[in-house]
Amino acid sequence: METLKEIAASLERGEDDRVHELVEQALAQGAAPGDVLNLGLIAGMNVVGEQFRQREIFLPDVLLAARAMYAGLDLLKPHLAREGVPTAGTVVIGSVKGDLHDIGKNLVGIMLKGAGFEVVDLGNDVPPGRFVDTAVASGASVIGMSALLTTTMPVMKEVVELVRARGLSDRVRIIVGGAPLSEAFAREIGADAYAFDAASAVDRVRALVAAR
Amino acid sequence: MRTFRERLAAGEVLVGDGGWGTMLMARGLQPGEPPESLTLASPGVIEEVARLYLEAGADLVTTNTFGGSPLRLRAFGLEARTDEINRAAVEVLRRAVGTRALVSASIGPSGHLLKPYGDVEADELAESFGRQARALASAGVDVFCVETMTDLEEARLAVEAARTAAPETPVVATMTFEPTRRGFFTVMGASVPRAAQVLGGAGADLVGSNCGNGIDTMVEVARAFHAVTAAPLAIQANAGLPESRDGALVYPEPPEQFAAAVPALLEAGVRLIGGCCGTTPAHVRAIRAAVDAARAVA
Repeated sequence: METLKEIAASLERGEDDRVHELVEQALAQGAAPGDVLNLGLIAGMNVVGEQFRQREIFLPDVLLAARAMYAGLDLLKPHLAREGVPTAGTVVIGSVKGDLHDIGKNLVGIMLKGAGFEVVDLGNDVPPGRFVDTAVASGASVIGMSALLTTTMPVMKEVVELVRARGLSDRVRIIVGGAPLSEAFAREIGADAYAFDAASAVDRVRALVAAR
Repeated sequence: MRTFRERLAAGEVLVGDGGWGTMLMARGLQPGEPPESLTLASPGVIEEVARLYLEAGADLVTTNTFGGSPLRLRAFGLEARTDEINRAAVEVLRRAVGTRALVSASIGPSGHLLKPYGDVEADELAESFGRQARALASAGVDVFCVETMTDLEEARLAVEAARTAAPETPVVATMTFEPTRRGFFTVMGASVPRAAQVLGGAGADLVGSNCGNGIDTMVEVARAFHAVTAAPLAIQANAGLPESRDGALVYPEPPEQFAAAVPALLEAGVRLIGGCCGTTPAHVRAIRAAVDAARAVA
């Protein structure tokens, strides 16, 4: 359907009003909500994510595209629920206690939503217990933590230990990311995965969900 | 004491200090605690680190005010103490180094994005940096260091705030770049040529880069700047990216690696060389020795 391609293209250009209008139009034309999501919004965000990964575009472009995605998603959500279209899974994300940086974390949230995940964003400065409590309450299968400061990275280990102590390791996987982090650091603290950037976070979260 | 500008004009290469966050953590800064609060709570720790850098050969020491703009302090409920935190940070350094080193006033990002991408207006940002810069200036700083910026407009507003608060005080402005296939860009999309043009145009005396990269990549960043501007450059590199070993964070690049890069940095027009995250007094000592050795040859 041509309208779905147009949704993707408008989203890539960050045209929020146009995306809203096109989603409305697609639904009125009888498009399946799942198709509008997958072939329109998600397809567009995939392109945006890949362009950002290659640094053909930069953070401001991604943020504008995200705004356009939300304009479509807000409209689409009740339709998806009504049709019983399953989400890709639920992920709880946040920047760890003491870390007020949320740009990277927001980006991960954008990309996850753009890949069809339900995202519970706890914001920044999130204490360990809140990650775990929220994961349990929301039935999330993944906790994603971000830190941009070397002073806050150690908090991630506390969350890993808390998940273990509560016997949730089988149900809740943990992924970490942030500029000062590395694969080795993630392994060392016992996290299940590390993501170098927002686009790879989506791939890793998909793999974690699939492996459950 | 000769001023920052006099020393630069005399052809001197200035050596900056190294990382502070990592040094403060090793001295009891708790994860999640804003480093700026330590200035008021444990000034002795700040003095100790400043002296270590002074003894290592730093020509300038940096105030513990990276997150000292009111917009950023607000997140910790410390906005009302902006003036006190910034003034105290200058005073404690002055106590520690007297006139044996220049006091460089750090101004870091606000932690907010400008509209339409984020939630702040340009005039709020300007006022926030203005308030910090005025507090720093009133305590008597030798140079401003606007650092770790990724948004060029935010960096420009910070440089302007410093220039307005103290028109006679020099300003160093550095941004954090990533390598891409089309050259170095900040995550917000600022290229090296644009950064050189805009920051220089706003009145920065030195432009360049800090954080995000190890020293060898910084040599390439310096060359990129040198190709587009005649301005003297400032480079403050990380000691690589941190690795976790036995539960502790370790920055992999040793002091010798920094020393080895000094000739290439000088070649590329760098006139202020220091360290950022993970660098220690040992890195500063190595830079100092390499800078002195290069001068002896020249």
